[in-house]
Amino acid sequence: MSDRGGRCSDLVGLLDGKTIIVTGVANRWSIASGIARRLHAHGARLILTYQGDRVEDAVRDHAEEFGGAPVFECDVTKDSSLRALAAGAGKIDGLVHSIAFVKKEDLSGKVYTTSRDGFAMAMDISAYSLIALVGHLVDNLNDGASIMALTYLGSGQIVPNYNIAGIAKAALESTVRYLAFDLGERGIRVNAISAGPIKTASSRQVAGFSAMPGKVAAASPLKRNITIDDVGNVAVYLASDLSSQVTADVHFVDAGYHAMGMYPEAAS
Amino acid sequence: MAADTFDRVKKIIVEQLGVEENEVTPEASITDDLGADSLDQVELVMAFETEFGIDIPDEEAEKIKTVGDAVQKIDAVNAAKDA
Repeated sequence: MSDRGGRCSDLVGLLDGKTIIVTGVANRWSIASGIARRLHAHGARLILTYQGDRVEDAVRDHAEEFGGAPVFECDVTKDSSLRALAAGAGKIDGLVHSIAFVKKEDLSGKVYTTSRDGFAMAMDISAYSLIALVGHLVDNLNDGASIMALTYLGSGQIVPNYNIAGIAKAALESTVRYLAFDLGERGIRVNAISAGPIKTASSRQVAGFSAMPGKVAAASPLKRNITIDDVGNVAVYLASDLSSQVTADVHFVDAGYHAMGMYPEAAS
Repeated sequence: MAADTFDRVKKIIVEQLGVEENEVTPEASITDDLGADSLDQVELVMAFETEFGIDIPDEEAEKIKTVGDAVQKIDAVNAAKDA
């Protein structure tokens, strides 16, 4: 077994018998790709969704790697597309939301220049999409299922240039808490995973992003960068029954960076 | 321009963009001649980083217009890393 799973690589089968929908795979660098790989390694049966022809081949390649996982096109801005997913997916034990969109021009410069249209689109695809997915899949979800959404530190703290993406992530994290309350009576858990900066095709749209992972590695308690497999391992825990009493929270996978109040180079 | 770097870059471009090997010349424009869209451009840079074990900062990646630019940038980053 490769060392990608770190110290968890000797534990397997935590997700045997569970079916989990993973959204947001676009290519092999996607955070959702690392999550899918780790969930699959622990025995989960996966269902993958993709948005648009542009990434269909990459998602189908992933599906093949993960034991012929069913693949659905799913445009979260279209209720008809969500209805088709709900009709075809069957019963599920988990849902991974790894979807966001912000116009590139809104990922640099001043927040106050954001257009009404750009704001609405970012909120629709990055935050409302979780409500829409859960709303359509509510009868597919088994009691005790686990829902998780990918977020980022820029939701609650100022991260220059993250801008509207951070505002949308704040809405997403709040959505996670309210959905956790809605679904708690069925034992369904809803959590957010806040990953440290990872180079992906999406994150590279944020102006100046390429310098961010190095800064986190230098300043965080664990002094290292985060990989998509690190995020995947936390997703395994959240999808498993090990976390059956864990809900309505944001789980940081960032080498501890979020807890720093002053950074070593600034303090010295 | 290192021949080995060019061959590895060519292989990645052929796979990523689905173009013919003989189209991938040092002078070929990655967007105009080889048809890469904006996502292709980002994915190519990430594939170069993975293949060569390097980091290409965004501001440097934006300067890569031709296949030859990519090869030169990769060699330059590698040389800086080894120095």
